[in-house]
Amino acid sequence: MNYNWNWGVLFEEQYLDWLISGVGWTFAVALSAWVIALIVGIMIGVGRTLPTKPIAHICAAYVELFRNVPLLVQLFLWYFVMPEVVSDDLGRWMKRDMPNPEFVTAVIGLGLYTASRVAEQVRAGINAVGGGLVSAAYAGGLSTAQTYRFVLLPIAFRLIVPPLTSEFLTIFKNSSLALTIGLLELTAQSQQIAEYTFQGFEAYTAATVIYVVIALGATLISHILEKHTRIPGYVGKG
Amino acid sequence: MISIENVSKWYGDFQVLANCTSKVDKGEVVVVCGPSGSGKSTLIKCVNGLEPVQRGTITVEGTEVTAKRTNLTKLRSRIGMVFQHFELYPHMSVRENLCLGQQKVLGRSRDEANAKAEALIDRVDMLAHIEKFPGQLSGGQQQRVAISRALAMDPIAMLFDEPTSALDPEMINEVLDVMVELAQDGMTMMVVTHEMGFARKVADRVVFMDAGAIVEDRETEAFFGNPESDRAKEFLSKILNH
Repeated sequence: MNYNWNWGVLFEEQYLDWLISGVGWTFAVALSAWVIALIVGIMIGVGRTLPTKPIAHICAAYVELFRNVPLLVQLFLWYFVMPEVVSDDLGRWMKRDMPNPEFVTAVIGLGLYTASRVAEQVRAGINAVGGGLVSAAYAGGLSTAQTYRFVLLPIAFRLIVPPLTSEFLTIFKNSSLALTIGLLELTAQSQQIAEYTFQGFEAYTAATVIYVVIALGATLISHILEKHTRIPGYVGKG
Repeated sequence: MISIENVSKWYGDFQVLANCTSKVDKGEVVVVCGPSGSGKSTLIKCVNGLEPVQRGTITVEGTEVTAKRTNLTKLRSRIGMVFQHFELYPHMSVRENLCLGQQKVLGRSRDEANAKAEALIDRVDMLAHIEKFPGQLSGGQQQRVAISRALAMDPIAMLFDEPTSALDPEMINEVLDVMVELAQDGMTMMVVTHEMGFARKVADRVVFMDAGAIVEDRETEAFFGNPESDRAKEFLSKILNH
């Protein structure tokens, strides 16, 4: 194989700037989408466990809809189809005047998709706490809201730290799909460097290493979190 | 204080309670016993509305538990309940377990709740463990904390759902001692249990259930000395012969 290795290309000013800007957008998309995913996901996940049947059904429908349509298709729907189906004025605004349309679309699409997965984990966590504790909380005079606030959620969140970490890593990796709607995040920038310099190995290796470092960092934080929130003497459903 | 009238309950087609009628007067201790699956736990859970009933009425201190409009949350805050598996909040220390309801439901101040918690925990000899978490305590200790947690709400009555069934034999007495003391203090109690010694000692009446129905509801002495039904005779002969 005749390939001229040139790792130095990654540190040339222009390409290094591209990489850094790519990392910046990756973080921006992933973290913003994560905020949406957590807020919406917790609401939907809690909603699925509520005794009020209509709410539970609506939340179940949300999960099935967003979880079962491929993320790439969802991004295309938000980016290309959404402006056409809303009112003319809003559609025009979305196409012409909305600031950072790729970024906003990626955040919404990725956030709402990941919310469906977070919701399932929140639901699983709440169900894992068990009916006995819920009965005890109700018997002690707590309202449904108080039971969730003081008993169910604090325990459920501790139980789902590991799967939520995995979801957090996935949102970083999934943010690379935003390149298909034109957002110059890490993967897109690496691709661009490869095209400009013909140093594809170096460019994608850089992307790989950066993704792995982000993932390892997140895993480390989650371990610390898990250790910090551990309940003494509690291993799960008693 | 607690009155149960013609209560029936079904899980799908299966009838778990069949036309149950009984009552617990103020200051009275009523033990509910019977074979497994006879509906005694279900009955006690209906008293504070943890389980809905399809037919009949249950009234606690003039509040109709079975009425649709009843504010169950408010009613439950006045009835203490102790469970077979303790059900202490595992993520909270003993102190927090006792303070949560006092502060969030009764609106007591932190200091007030703390003082009450410490006094109650001291009564069950657990003061040294007040900062521990439930997972660090033995079953007997957890159940004593659970009783204290219920008492912290100053309940007008206490419900016990097989409070010693999940305990190692050597821990049963430390829990029963607390319950005996409580009964002697005049607490109104409805107790589902297999502890016939406890029933003999403190119960005013014994309710014997079989297949969802109340078969006998009599004074303690009469129940043990001269049970009327064959089913109760058989039950007693089986559990008292050891």
